[in-house]
Amino acid sequence: MLTDITLGQYYPGNSFVHRLDPRTKIIVAFLFIIGTFIATDAITYGMLIGFVALIIGISRLPMSLVVKSIKPLWIILILTLLIHMFTGQGENVIFSWRFLKVTQEGLELGVKMSLRLILLLVVSSILTFTTSPIVLTDGIEALLRPFRSIGVPAHELAMMMTIALRFIPTLLGETDRIMKAQTARGADFNEGNIIKRAKNLLPILIPLFISAFRRADELAVAMEARCYRGGEGRTRMHQLVYKKIDTVAFISTGILLIAIIVVRWGNDLCGLLN
Amino acid sequence: MSIKLENISYTYMQGTPFERNALDDVSVTIEKGEFVAIIGHTGSGKSTLVQHLNGLLKPSTGKAFINDVDLDGKGDEVKKAKHSVGMVFQYPEHQIFAETVYEDIAFGPRNKGFSEEEVEKLVKDAMSFVHLDYEEFAQKSPFNLSGGQMRRVAIAGVVAMAPDYLVLDEPSAGLDPMARDVIFEEIINLYKKRDIGVVLVTHSMEEAVRYANRLLVVSDGKIILDDAPKEIFKNHSQKLLDVSMDIPQVFKLAESLRQKGLTLSEDIIDAKSLVAEIKKQRGIK
Ligand SMILES: Nc1ncnc2c1ncn2[C@@H]1O[C@H](COP(=O)(O)OP(=O)(O)O)[C@@H](O)[C@H]1O
Ligand SMILES: [Mg+2]
Repeated sequence: MLTDITLGQYYPGNSFVHRLDPRTKIIVAFLFIIGTFIATDAITYGMLIGFVALIIGISRLPMSLVVKSIKPLWIILILTLLIHMFTGQGENVIFSWRFLKVTQEGLELGVKMSLRLILLLVVSSILTFTTSPIVLTDGIEALLRPFRSIGVPAHELAMMMTIALRFIPTLLGETDRIMKAQTARGADFNEGNIIKRAKNLLPILIPLFISAFRRADELAVAMEARCYRGGEGRTRMHQLVYKKIDTVAFISTGILLIAIIVVRWGNDLCGLLN
Repeated sequence: MSIKLENISYTYMQGTPFERNALDDVSVTIEKGEFVAIIGHTGSGKSTLVQHLNGLLKPSTGKAFINDVDLDGKGDEVKKAKHSVGMVFQYPEHQIFAETVYEDIAFGPRNKGFSEEEVEKLVKDAMSFVHLDYEEFAQKSPFNLSGGQMRRVAIAGVVAMAPDYLVLDEPSAGLDPMARDVIFEEIINLYKKRDIGVVLVTHSMEEAVRYANRLLVVSDGKIILDDAPKEIFKNHSQKLLDVSMDIPQVFKLAESLRQKGLTLSEDIIDAKSLVAEIKKQRGIK
């Protein structure tokens, strides 16, 4: 059924990760992504993978869900691996056949690139799995607020996102209802050629648009009736507050990032100091 | 001729964290010619139940039959069986799409394969059933009508399919009392004239008693009572209270009048019939 689509893939829970402030989660995810670009060798990648595994563990997300989030991009992952494998330049040829040549360096680069992609995907999925879309937009708004002075309409952007997200399930439910009603009146949506099929959709699309406009209109009236006039001077019902767990999250991410930097540039740093 | 549900369970969003079991092992048979009311609180599973009556929902477990045709199958026979059940959804005016009232009501009969002459006759009949004047309304845009009129157009669109069974999911929701009475009067007329089976979903006990000759009480995805309304009030009032529903005030009043010694017939269904009965007993004109 249409309504079986889970919205924004939020997976409700009450774990440490779920309870983190959305701003914390966005920043931590961002720092982690920077980390994946700094990491170069097995040790640093090992640290990143360990960190992600730890997060998945304490967020109590089922592993199947995490795997599912990688699935849509598996073709790109394989391609990344193959292209680097066969085009990488290097000395140590480990396999060659006619004009195809795989070097150890190329293989390593391919694995690294694919791993980097997987880590990016998994981390951003964990963010959306553990944060409800509404809370996420709250977080985005709060983080964009400092940029208001250079003309970023933080509140308006967030409000638009919130409303759009809020109405996705409503419209899906509405579509489901209208489809059922027209099916009960004998409509068949899988019959005939393309033109006929497109025409068959009218009995769904017209009521759907009418209802979307009606809802938009009602919402606008309701917002105006409550004196909504944009973000100027607005306070909010759910204040975002940093808690102790956010500090824990920041510190552990910070340690990870510093460790990666030390492993990568540690020797240079020592050299500089001497 | 009957609709039969056998051990039907239904779970919404199966396999997700939002999973919800809406029906739990429900079995029921509805004969043609019955007027059945289904009553229960919001969220008790009434709408889910009636959507199994014409195969709109596929049961998670269990089987549904219309006139002994298994709805799980495919083919023309199954399609025909499904089309013999007319379904009026909650807020049916939201499904209106055509440019004129005529075109919208004709949508169902055309899908069913009637010829244009037949369609015209069916539309005319259906419009007269819901008291919409053909000359005045047929060529109007349905979107310029009042809420009550739009709902009648939507109901006519289902009635025009000449169904053997008519299922109505809270047809009176959001209407004023006058419009409500008009719609019920039309349904009762249709029921009497065409000898169809009617299933009326409602959360108003008064409505259920007034029109139905059989009452199904649904609570938490189960049918907990299934009998004539009178019998249920007489024998199971405690069970109704347990699911925080109550027998209508008139029945309570009639019962206490009986206990005080007034002999009242068993046929009281609303305030009007109670008044008439008291007048009769007291010899008042
Ligand atoms: N499309 C749906 N997706 C998920 N849950 C639903 C859906 N429709 C109904 N439900 C749930 O199933 C239960 C029964 O709903 P419903 O049959 O609509 O009850 P009623 O018509 O008696 O108010 C409710 O708890 C409701 O929340
Ligand atoms: Mg309902």
